[in-house]
Amino acid sequence: MRRGALLVAGLAAIAAAQADVSKQRASVLDNLLLHDCGSCHGLTLRGGLGPALTADMMQARPAQALVAAIRDGIPGSAMPPWGELLAEEDIDYLVRRLREEVKP
Amino acid sequence: MRNLLVILLLLGLAACASTRGTGDLGVVIERASGAVMVVTTTDPARLSGVEGLGDLSHASVVFSRDQRFAYVFGRDGGLTKIDLLNSSIERRVMQSGNSIGGAISQDGRLVAVSNYTPGGVKVFDAETLELIADIPATPLPSGKRSKVVGLVDAPGQRFVFSLFDSDEIWVADFRNRAQPQIRKYLNIGRQPYDGLITPDGRYYIAGLFGEDGLALLDLWQLDRGVKRILDGYGRGEQKLPVYKMPHLEGWAVAGDHAFLPAVGRHEVLVVDRRDWREVGRIPVHGQPVFVMARPDQRQVWVNFAHPRNDTVQVIDVHTLKLVRTLTPGPAVMHMEFTPRGEHVWISVRDGDRVAVYDTESFQRVAQMPARRPSGIFFAARAQRIGL
Repeated sequence: MRRGALLVAGLAAIAAAQADVSKQRASVLDNLLLHDCGSCHGLTLRGGLGPALTADMMQARPAQALVAAIRDGIPGSAMPPWGELLAEEDIDYLVRRLREEVKP
Repeated sequence: MRNLLVILLLLGLAACASTRGTGDLGVVIERASGAVMVVTTTDPARLSGVEGLGDLSHASVVFSRDQRFAYVFGRDGGLTKIDLLNSSIERRVMQSGNSIGGAISQDGRLVAVSNYTPGGVKVFDAETLELIADIPATPLPSGKRSKVVGLVDAPGQRFVFSLFDSDEIWVADFRNRAQPQIRKYLNIGRQPYDGLITPDGRYYIAGLFGEDGLALLDLWQLDRGVKRILDGYGRGEQKLPVYKMPHLEGWAVAGDHAFLPAVGRHEVLVVDRRDWREVGRIPVHGQPVFVMARPDQRQVWVNFAHPRNDTVQVIDVHTLKLVRTLTPGPAVMHMEFTPRGEHVWISVRDGDRVAVYDTESFQRVAQMPARRPSGIFFAARAQRIGL
């Protein structure tokens, strides 16, 4: 029950966040994804020093796990914690872009 | 009539390949467009463009020793040989799924590419781009092979490179190109992320991402093995996040010192070249990415990782102090000095331009539009060991 409530709260938070990214911000984030994520994961996101981040791979993993990986980084790897630079709604937007739930 | 046609044809060819040297030419990578600009450092100006080179994130370039051809190593495994005079693609092969850089051999006849997928090194005939040798990297428990980084050429017709996932340095001797000899150094330190060779071709240094320190191999004394230098620099300090992997290039060696980017610290490490001990650290604006000496070695220029990447700083080698901070614009990716160092070209990715600065007055002397430019490479690299 409690878990269900949390889930609902979480979904509501995501829905609220989705409304928060302005068009202008989205374009900044699109550029970040292409070039700065792309410097390790490839411009086409098919991998580099970091692993490939193709849409099918991203859809196969829970969104919250992706949010956590971006926000907190992956210790022991070269993936840094982007939560120091990006707001939660920015990260949510990036996850939806990776899963191709939104288009640039 | 027929003679006239022949004459016209010859005139056409002559117009194509104009009589011009290439020593003052270079290329600028336009990463998102799969294109390069051909530029001249004399004017300075853009001359022409070449399209159709694939995914050029992290692309790098080496030059044929006659400086006519540029070999472009693309992220998607594409290896493209560009004719600088005709601005055309001479040859192109897709040699792997995912690659990170390359080198050209001492004699100019071999081009080597370091690959992530499948991990290893492939060596090609520089003229024809035919495959000469395939050197698979060490297999990992995952079934994949280690990614290969920091590939450089070394005297003695050798290539030296590091294995990111298996903590190794390999030396491949191609004096007999049909039967390369490979010497492997194991446990050199965790996660070598890039390598450099000193301008004299003697020392290979791999930067370590997984621990504080660097691995040094003296190519004059291979039997002595790999030595750790700057072991535990900054031990006990909290590391800062690294939003872009630093790069090493051989020309960060200046005077008695080598200048290296610290990892996870906003510092440039200064090392004594005689004994490879740390002699100082210079606090800088952000996480250093490229730390490059001007050709006369009087200055060292530094650019920085996201998000502090609109800035470039200049260190005076004589006093080891910062002498200038410039803000060329959003997302400075790379810097390249003209062969004798009077100018530096700086790519400003998110400003869609390349800016040229005078290195004495620090004034901007030229600027040209470019589509999301990243690496800048001048043909003078052809005559330098390790570039």
